[in-house]
Amino acid sequence: MTRTVLHPHTPVRAVGLATNAITKVFGQMRALDEVSVRIAPGSFHALLGENGAGKSTLVKCIMGFYGADGGEVLLNGAPVRIDSPRQAQAHGIGMVYQHFTLVPCLTAAENLVMARADAPGVINWRSEKRGLEAFMDRMPFRVRLDRQVNDLSAGEKQKLEILKLLYLDQRLLILDEPTSVMTPAEADEVLTLLRGMAGRQEITVLMISHKFREVKAFCDAFTVLRRGRVTGAGDAQSASVAEMSHMMIGETELRSRAPRRRHDTVPPRLVLDGVCAEDETGRQVIDNLSLTLGAGEILGIAGVSGNGQAALVEVLAGQRPMTGGRLLAEGRAFVPRRADLDRYKVFGLPEEPLRNAAVPRMSVAENMAFRSFDKPPLAGRMGYLSPARIRARSRDLIRRYNVRTSSPDALIETLSGGNVQRAVLARELSGDVDVLIVANPCFGLDFASVAEIRAQIMDQRNRGAAVLLISEDLDEILELSDRVAVMSEGRLAPATAVEATERGEIGRLMGGH
Amino acid sequence: MSQADLMIVIYAMIGGAIRVSTPFLFVALGECLTEKSGRINLGLEGTLILGAMVGYAVSLNSGSPWLGVLAAGGIGILTGAAHGWICKLPKVNDIAVGLAFMSLGTGLAFFFGKPYIQPSAPRLDSLPLGGWSSSPQVQQALSVNPLFFIGILLAIVLWWGLRNTRVGLTVRMVGDSAASARAMGVNINAVRLLATAAGGALAGVGGAFLSLSYPGSWSEGLSSGQGLMAVALVIFARWNPLRCVLAALLFGAAGALGPSLQSIGISYGYHFFNAAPYILTLGIMIASARSKSAAGEAPRELSIVK
Repeated sequence: MTRTVLHPHTPVRAVGLATNAITKVFGQMRALDEVSVRIAPGSFHALLGENGAGKSTLVKCIMGFYGADGGEVLLNGAPVRIDSPRQAQAHGIGMVYQHFTLVPCLTAAENLVMARADAPGVINWRSEKRGLEAFMDRMPFRVRLDRQVNDLSAGEKQKLEILKLLYLDQRLLILDEPTSVMTPAEADEVLTLLRGMAGRQEITVLMISHKFREVKAFCDAFTVLRRGRVTGAGDAQSASVAEMSHMMIGETELRSRAPRRRHDTVPPRLVLDGVCAEDETGRQVIDNLSLTLGAGEILGIAGVSGNGQAALVEVLAGQRPMTGGRLLAEGRAFVPRRADLDRYKVFGLPEEPLRNAAVPRMSVAENMAFRSFDKPPLAGRMGYLSPARIRARSRDLIRRYNVRTSSPDALIETLSGGNVQRAVLARELSGDVDVLIVANPCFGLDFASVAEIRAQIMDQRNRGAAVLLISEDLDEILELSDRVAVMSEGRLAPATAVEATERGEIGRLMGGH
Repeated sequence: MSQADLMIVIYAMIGGAIRVSTPFLFVALGECLTEKSGRINLGLEGTLILGAMVGYAVSLNSGSPWLGVLAAGGIGILTGAAHGWICKLPKVNDIAVGLAFMSLGTGLAFFFGKPYIQPSAPRLDSLPLGGWSSSPQVQQALSVNPLFFIGILLAIVLWWGLRNTRVGLTVRMVGDSAASARAMGVNINAVRLLATAAGGALAGVGGAFLSLSYPGSWSEGLSSGQGLMAVALVIFARWNPLRCVLAALLFGAAGALGPSLQSIGISYGYHFFNAAPYILTLGIMIASARSKSAAGEAPRELSIVK
């Protein structure tokens, strides 16, 4: 090989990175508010924070995906201008994204060679393969080079993404939750390698993580972001997990909880018994999950997104087949199909309702009639639909639920996010509700809508409905729930009464600790 | 059917396979390259006919059939580039544009080709490779047009280039994961435009073969859907240029079935045997639609795969 990619005997010195008061504004929201982070050369730095805290925005500003609205990035103390990921690569900064950037139909070797800026016009595979093998020999783990990326497991793909950065001789690695698709053993293998290289001052690593275990085991420094601001930084070894999770989650805010009526007994309404489910690639995303949901209670499921919550909602809505376990409603087998949903009065508000619970190009009136259009009183005697009655009913719901729309005939996709949410909620709550499943009901909504929607949910609980609230927003969970359970890696920790639960404890469970 | 008759049929089918497969091969290679970059150009049927007309006209006026071949390739580049350019506009569907180009190419060829139906243009000479045999059937079967060998050479070059050159890997990257290619700083629309133009050139040359090879003449019924069948052929060949050669030979042999049976006097079911390539196309489409391995090898950016 004419060109040595990584020089084993002449280690390239790691670079230090700092950001100085970086600000990024999206519309009205300050996603980053004067964020200053200092990462020493050769350190393994963890970037912590809840979803939406601004971690991804920060690293995307560093990588040149976004132009920051203020502040600067410094490499080894000198300010640099990075306008594109290409330029970042030229500066020796490489990133592993949460989605894969490998080309699926190419082999691992082809992906690695083509990633190089100086890939030769005619590729001499014999010498390239020799070079790649030599490179792999220096790594503690291997990826099969002549395999198509298609055929690699998610963990192997993630390893290959990281190997690609090392092969490209990047000296600052930014990893966005790199271990989320890996088994614990794979994660340890990869992080041990990076830890070692950082220790030898060959690379600097900035890792976004939710997992305190990994932070404690591999990182030497950390920075915490919360709502776009730095809320803490320090030595990852001396800081305790409790301190870090406190910085992430913050003080319990004294937002008044919605009024809650006491129920003396909570007969079970919905039972999940050993439910398992897989994603499209056959990875188990729900692992033997059991819970009992009682009438007149809100069971909150907390957790970092991507730990199987979306799959759980899909299973309960009949969108994803179960690979194991069973569902019971009122003690009888429950198959999430329209007939059973009606019989047991199960309703739901999935996340992103415009995508998951509405037909964007149908009118507000039609969308509001999905649960009832074919039943009396909306349908006529012969089963004919009655557009007039559908419209009249939606006019009533629009008024009762404060849906702001130009008319019942407007396409639902023309409504704002909060109003789509209210329209779907109106449809789901207008009847008699026994079981209500809601996922991230207030995500991205303004304050007024949030209060209104939470009040609606609490109202259903007080009327005796069993509510399953799946949310990434811990404040929401703590405000609404009677009991809390934490979901992590497809498993559900036992539910505990919310009064007996400590924030820090939940934070630790969310990190899979 | 006697032993001698069987030999005649076999020779006729070998010769026919070679002769009939050549335009299939060129169009299929062109389509293969275009689809590897993530676009489908259904307009190659129109390009084929236009290439046949232009090649014939240029050969007639210049006296050089090879100049005709070049001109046919040139018109293919033009239509391919036009297709590629239109498809890069936002919200344009490449299949719909391809259908439009199919009609456009055929229409232009018919319109400008009217004066060339009667006159006889100089043709491409075949290479007499059957001189070693005294049998006239063998000699006729093995008088092979040089374009056939050029096509095979192109298939090998394409196959090698797609895996051993930076350009080839870039085309595959663009066809497989536009997002990754963009992240690497590749101009996706430019790559696709060039791939579609190159594919058009090949289809144009395939058209020139139709009108300029023995017995060669320009008429409006020349292509009879070969450009469209070549698209099915690419799927059957699973986007591999070498398999395109085999698939083209198979289609060619199927196309030669009717005439070769007629040559020994079997004329019943003539039209049925002539329909063999179309039946084969249908069968292949059904088989490949169910094949998981074909789905696995399809470029992921193709609008029919997504």
